[in-house]
Amino acid sequence: MKKIFAITVLSAFIANSAFADDVKIGILLGFTGPIESLTPDMASGAELAIKEASDSGAFMSGSKILAVRGDSTCVDAAAATATAERLITSDGVSAIMGADCSGVTTAVLQNVATAKGVVMISPSATSPALSTIEDNGLFFRTSPSDARQGQVLAQILKEKNIKSAAMSYTNNDYGKGLADSIQKNFEAIGGKITISASHEDGKGDYGAEVAALAQAGGDVLIVAGYLDQGGKGVIQASIDAGAFDTFVLPDGMIGDSLPAAIGKDLNGSFGTLPGTDSPGAGKFASLATTAGFKAGPYAPQSYDAAALMIMAMQAAGTSDSTKFKDKVMTVANAPGEKIYPGELSKALKIIASGGEVDYVGATDIELIGPGESAGSFQEIVIKDQKITPVRYR
Amino acid sequence: MEGSLNSMALLANYILVPGLAYGSQLALGALGVTMIYAVLNFSNFSHGEIMSFGAMITILVTYWFQGLGISVYPLPTALIALPVGIGGAILLCLLLDKLVFSFYRQQRSNSVTYLIVSIGVMFVIGGITRFIIGPDDRNFNDGERFILKARAFKEMTGLSEGVAIKSSQAITVASAFIVVAAVFWFLSRTRTGKSMRAYSNNPDLALLSGIDPNRVVIIAWVITAGLAAVSGTLYGLDKSYKPLVFLHLVLPIFAAAIVGGVGSPLGAIVGGFVIAFSELFITFAYKKMAAYLLGDGVLGDGLLQLLSTDYKFAVSFIILVIVLLIKPTGIFSGKSI
Repeated sequence: MKKIFAITVLSAFIANSAFADDVKIGILLGFTGPIESLTPDMASGAELAIKEASDSGAFMSGSKILAVRGDSTCVDAAAATATAERLITSDGVSAIMGADCSGVTTAVLQNVATAKGVVMISPSATSPALSTIEDNGLFFRTSPSDARQGQVLAQILKEKNIKSAAMSYTNNDYGKGLADSIQKNFEAIGGKITISASHEDGKGDYGAEVAALAQAGGDVLIVAGYLDQGGKGVIQASIDAGAFDTFVLPDGMIGDSLPAAIGKDLNGSFGTLPGTDSPGAGKFASLATTAGFKAGPYAPQSYDAAALMIMAMQAAGTSDSTKFKDKVMTVANAPGEKIYPGELSKALKIIASGGEVDYVGATDIELIGPGESAGSFQEIVIKDQKITPVRYR
Repeated sequence: MEGSLNSMALLANYILVPGLAYGSQLALGALGVTMIYAVLNFSNFSHGEIMSFGAMITILVTYWFQGLGISVYPLPTALIALPVGIGGAILLCLLLDKLVFSFYRQQRSNSVTYLIVSIGVMFVIGGITRFIIGPDDRNFNDGERFILKARAFKEMTGLSEGVAIKSSQAITVASAFIVVAAVFWFLSRTRTGKSMRAYSNNPDLALLSGIDPNRVVIIAWVITAGLAAVSGTLYGLDKSYKPLVFLHLVLPIFAAAIVGGVGSPLGAIVGGFVIAFSELFITFAYKKMAAYLLGDGVLGDGLLQLLSTDYKFAVSFIILVIVLLIKPTGIFSGKSI
């Protein structure tokens, strides 16, 4: 027993001394738990960026970067906190790419990252609460807050000269959060939400709900629900009663099954869903295929999160979180040379020679406010019973 | 003048028309519940799932007919598939009675045992239904959707409020009327119907008068299954068919049966409409109506809604509690539960 212990200690020493100049990045994702089907691709996305920068030899005068995976479980805050603690104290990571779900991200940020002064960039936590959290400037995310979609929708409503709207949302955190955000933003630019009422999913009849919505009135009906659930029922009942002609459809309502189910009465309704027309998305997808994984949901965001960390370290000339945290926004935003996936070595060279980069990445990223993705949304309209893209914003 | 016409159109569109259709569906359901209660003396909680099962058979046959190209446009194909659905529900009910309920009848179990058994049966049928057709939403109404569209009504009358009448609503009310009339005729005019009422009144006396109880039980199940298949199919035509919905539908159906007076067929019909209309009246927002009648903004900016639509089902229970407190036998003095 003693021998094994001695060997472990010895090998740890050897390992440490061998990689003295190397930088470690923790990848804290829910490899077990409710999103375990997404996380392998997300981790591969981040590791792709890390490998690319490491192999280029341009990172901090030839240092290598190593990825260390840790399990956030997505739902168990205590387990995620313990893993983060281990990543930082025992593995010695300089920064954490993660966590994934909003709940565990908040817990890790408050209990570990802020206390230890380690930068965290989450690829997928979208809760609006993370925008205002106390983070000492250490927390960033490459996905937009749910609050952002409300802003985009309010803007579209304004541009279409819609003055008042009724709103029905699915009775859960997503629906409520989105509805609140739409209402706040729409009222801030002079619009009026006549009623904001919830609906339960899985009911057979939404006639009474629609009756209340119709009495409140409004130019359009905003339906913040799910397309195969109550959202569809509310739209169908509204059309049946002649209550509303035009519907506003946030991301949960957009899919081919909705126009197929409702038919031509849905034509003219419009909405938004996350999306970008940036060439970065296509480039990332082909890089992913070459590397042998799928550019699944949030894999591009993971690539971008890791890439931002690496470039910020390069710009600060150190892997010390408290120093490079201020450089994350600088490398992500203009001015500078635009950087797409697969061009990290070019970016690192530009930074090393004192130039500036504007990282576009796989998701056309632009960090705003407290260090979160501005979020690119695609505006769509239903035309001839087809979802037709209008533009990106 | 135009203000009051508009407010009447509003009421017709959001309360009268949907209320008549929903009330008919509840009335048919409650009639089936009341029938079993009158003859077999227990609350059959599996009634909602029998409705679902009958509707499922109808839908499957509808799909088959559609595949064969059989149609009765502008009426929905489901109407000609309905007899098969009724047959399926009858078979199911007779099988259930043979396998489950007849055992407890021989044991002379009390009604609470029956009630628990029927809840178990409810879960079994629900499981079978979802196993066969799946839990998804199904829209099988392939007929003409509207008799009167809201926009057409507005253009016709020049009013600013439209009235829409869906063909499924008209079919619902019409078929409910026919079915109810047939059941009442059967109960009051035919020999078998009279023997059923006699059995329900006093089983022992009926037995002594030479009425075969087994035959009465079978006929009660046949009628109940027929009513269930019709009401389930009509509900699915009017709204959309989703197996889990019927689990929730049992509650207003029982409220309707109890409010009307359990065991009283007329009470079931009245109870169905009372529940349907009070759900709609109490959760309706009267803002626009007040604006038409009294002028815009006289009563302030509120929605003038008594109860949020989230509490729709609560309305039936409030009425149920009131009825049980004041007149436990229901409006038409059925049996006391």
